[in-house]
Amino acid sequence: MSDASSEKAPAAASFWRDPEKRAWLFQVLVVAVVLALFGYIFQNTLHNLEKRGISTGFAFLNNEAGFGVLMSLIPYDETYTFGRTFLVGLLNTLLVSAIGIVFATLFGFIIGVARLSSNWIISRLAALYIEIFRNLPLLLQILFWYFAILPLLPHPRQSIELGEAVFLNKRGMYLPAPITESGFGWVLAALGVAIVASVFIARWARHRQDTTGQTFPVFWTSLGLIVFLPWLAFGITGFPLSWEYPELRGFNFRGGITVIPELFALALALSIYTAAYIAEIVRSGIQSVSHGQTEAAYALGLKPGQTLRLVIIPQAMRVIIPQLTSQYLNLTKNSSLAPAIGYPDLVALFAGTTLNQTGQAVEIIGITMGVYLTISLSISAFMNWYNKRMALVER
Amino acid sequence: MKIKHLLAGGSLLALSTLPVAHAGATLDAVKAKGFVQCGVSTGLPGFSATNDKGQWTGLDVDVCRAVAAAVFGDASKVKYTPLTAKERFTALQSGEIDMLSRNTTWTLTRDTNLGLNFAGVNYYDGQGFMVHKSLGVKSATELDGAAVCIQAGTTTELNLADYFRSKGMKYTPITYDTSDETVKGFEAGRCDVLTSDQSQLYALRIKLKDPNSAVVLPEIISKEPLGPVVRNGDDDWLKVVRWALFAMINAEEMGVTSKNVDEVRKTTKDPGKQRLLGLSGIKGQGLQIRDDWAYQIIKQVGNYAEAFERNVGQGSPLKIARGINALWKDGGIQYAPPIR
Repeated sequence: MSDASSEKAPAAASFWRDPEKRAWLFQVLVVAVVLALFGYIFQNTLHNLEKRGISTGFAFLNNEAGFGVLMSLIPYDETYTFGRTFLVGLLNTLLVSAIGIVFATLFGFIIGVARLSSNWIISRLAALYIEIFRNLPLLLQILFWYFAILPLLPHPRQSIELGEAVFLNKRGMYLPAPITESGFGWVLAALGVAIVASVFIARWARHRQDTTGQTFPVFWTSLGLIVFLPWLAFGITGFPLSWEYPELRGFNFRGGITVIPELFALALALSIYTAAYIAEIVRSGIQSVSHGQTEAAYALGLKPGQTLRLVIIPQAMRVIIPQLTSQYLNLTKNSSLAPAIGYPDLVALFAGTTLNQTGQAVEIIGITMGVYLTISLSISAFMNWYNKRMALVER
Repeated sequence: MKIKHLLAGGSLLALSTLPVAHAGATLDAVKAKGFVQCGVSTGLPGFSATNDKGQWTGLDVDVCRAVAAAVFGDASKVKYTPLTAKERFTALQSGEIDMLSRNTTWTLTRDTNLGLNFAGVNYYDGQGFMVHKSLGVKSATELDGAAVCIQAGTTTELNLADYFRSKGMKYTPITYDTSDETVKGFEAGRCDVLTSDQSQLYALRIKLKDPNSAVVLPEIISKEPLGPVVRNGDDDWLKVVRWALFAMINAEEMGVTSKNVDEVRKTTKDPGKQRLLGLSGIKGQGLQIRDDWAYQIIKQVGNYAEAFERNVGQGSPLKIARGINALWKDGGIQYAPPIR
């Protein structure tokens, strides 16, 4: 370029022959076409909606909802607004996704390791599990767990009791609800102190091992701290906690905490289904670590458990994490099958009942898609950060 | 489920890209393609359900068939789209179906905010409760604290909330997607009560393994006028659907049935019947369809009484009495403007 300008070559005149300018031109054109297309769709939608007399805008979020909801993590009744139903649904979606992710990961790792077990029966059972649950449609599994478990449970008046505190029947599991009294803050504070102390002990122990080679029982010390300190605070403050027990009144139990069967069935189905995939991911991750590593670890005198924990898993994680991320995303998105069994998630409450009562499909589906996109991107961002931490540091 | 979501997504996309319809577009389009695309329920005995031969039958289905008979002279020229309560309005708004005949309650919000028009009422209903007999409940006022199974996206959800609120009672709603799941939930004992329009309760009750294990409570807590729906801003099509229904009701009033219609047409001296059967008057001109449109409806679908008895009345397993759905002269409120 600098040569061309100094020699006054005719290159500048031929715009089409300059690949850089041409590239710019085409990119601007593509962006313009895409924008124009979206603009057209947007305008045409508004025009059509207006022409057909369909209401638009987000004012409906402030209208009274007028319908009840099965389960809500925040206070809710019929007099709250559609905006509130949105929040209720969102929290329910996040709850079932979080439970699902935790248990899917737990089951997945156990079964993935079992799949590689040298014990023939264990590895075959794990393979059977994977092949069955990976190959059945998820919706079918959700319906199965829901409608298979319900008839097995007794009616409220013949509930299964555990020590007159926990009750199990078709309406759910009823647990006593803890009621904190003044002074309980000290117990929480003690728990916090114990956790912080454990972190410091772990760091100190690692430093000591690095410098002197001596090991320290970090796990048992931390466990002792985390259990003992809060109990101590609990005792000193005079046990500031009472329980509200569920009670059978009329049709059903009242009071306490209720775990509804819909939540249980959905979380179970999601965990079991996704665990089958995670198991395969874990297996592939472990197998990606060359067998020489295991032999080397054994040669150094590490036990099989230590080899797995200290040598194999940290290296396998680099293969596992990116694939694990997409399974977490899938699980979250799959939780939208909830309406099939009546679990009040975002799709059931907001993209379902609210949509039907207000008829504003474009806005509501738009918001719902935006929410799932946000959740997915957040999970993705977190896992990418974690992946970077775990990635091989090349020196 | 995934397919349903795709369907909903597709409908939305259609909503955003469809060219703007001119008045009369639907009637022209229906005539051009040669069939009526009719939205019905996913399976509600008596109203819209498939029989053992895989054909759609029911009181709502008969409205679709009447419209096809009026437009084409052939009641079988209907294609059916089964829709859940949640999907139905989007499907109609987006033009995926030409008309919706799916036990849909006529309300102010739906008539004004959704871009829809109700063409008439083919069944006057009201919301009721069904309970397990073993509970020994005799009245809806004893339902404080009950768990209630509901189908999602219906007026039922709102009526239920209103009813319990006004009585100062508490309840737990369990909301399912389709009526099949609602029945299964009720049968599995997830809830004490199933609530729905009373006609549906009878229809759902015969779906139970043991219909005698449940009883329908006497209370009716709402008005549910059910009728066919079309898109807003297409008056020509609205009138075809509306008068197809009116023709059935008028035919009952005049005593014209599918069995005697041919004879009546040959012999009648009654000017009212002559106008109904397209022998005099303005015939099909105002509606821009065939002259013998009402004759075709009566011949192929039958009058309102025949449709009622065949689908939900004494000729069906539901055995619902005419009640307020009887003609105005028989003590009911079914009443159609005159054909003249």
